[in-house]
Amino acid sequence: MRVLILVLLATFGVAARAIDTEAAFTDPALQARYDHLIHELRCVQCQNQSIADSPVGLASDLRREVKELLGSGSTDQQIERFMTDRYGDFVLYDPPLTPRTYLLWGAPVLLLMLTLGIAGRVIIRRSRAPLDAEPEDPA
Amino acid sequence: MWRYFIPAAAVLVLGGVLAFALVQIGSGHLDVHEIKSPLLGKLAPGFVLPSVADPTVRVESRALAGRPYLLNVWGTWCAACEEEHPALIAIAQSGAVPLIGIDWRDNRDEAVRYLAQRGNPYREVGSDADGRAAIEWGVYGAPETFLVGANGRVLVKHIGALTAEVWKQKFVPQLVAAGGG
Repeated sequence: MRVLILVLLATFGVAARAIDTEAAFTDPALQARYDHLIHELRCVQCQNQSIADSPVGLASDLRREVKELLGSGSTDQQIERFMTDRYGDFVLYDPPLTPRTYLLWGAPVLLLMLTLGIAGRVIIRRSRAPLDAEPEDPA
Repeated sequence: MWRYFIPAAAVLVLGGVLAFALVQIGSGHLDVHEIKSPLLGKLAPGFVLPSVADPTVRVESRALAGRPYLLNVWGTWCAACEEEHPALIAIAQSGAVPLIGIDWRDNRDEAVRYLAQRGNPYREVGSDADGRAAIEWGVYGAPETFLVGANGRVLVKHIGALTAEVWKQKFVPQLVAAGGG
């Protein structure tokens, strides 16, 4: 158990550290938005890192882009739009609700309902069965 | 009896979907890493870049308007670009469509040397040292190749090395439909 915690800490400790060591902005509010945005944007080249964590050239170009857009007064929505216009929804870690992503967003609810339905049926059937009866298959 | 049917059918359907997807990926029909470009069908982004051949000259998208062109994003650091180079030269020699290069995040001297060694399929190559033009085109990995129609719209995007096969199947039909060639 202690080993597991150590492993988890080590994993997330690395993931939380960004590539940039210097702050992009002196204004803490802008810096907070910058930090938030670069963690929301996927490095499309590497696909499993946000642009905050990725060392590749494209990610640093995109961080520069975010920094410049923030500096010129763009809203967070405008910056996300700038990215999705060029790279598609995939660039966002939090994909928007569109007809293409209905299944993606609906799947957890569907699976939960399916599981509850099956569990409910099994529970009802078993509670009705006499106690000394043979247990039924949990189908 | 039928209560076994639903779980069995569910497993079969799910298994079928997964097997189908795996076969598609295995045969190369489905690339799970490929992102459909939001640029397709839209007006191609504009660019003004210093020419690799002569930095005092500008390579401009405006000068290309009204006729189809093939835009290839490459770099001397990119192994797949070397791989596709012969295919690019063959396309250039066929005269089907002019090739415009964007040399992405690269060193100009190395780009000049690269083209001198391997031959230059490009009518013009713009130097995108800071990667700004590539971002406008939604480029995330070189090589990427775009076919732009005479109407200025992006008709095809291909990610990865271009081959004679890809050219024939993916690009030529669009080029013919767009009235180029």
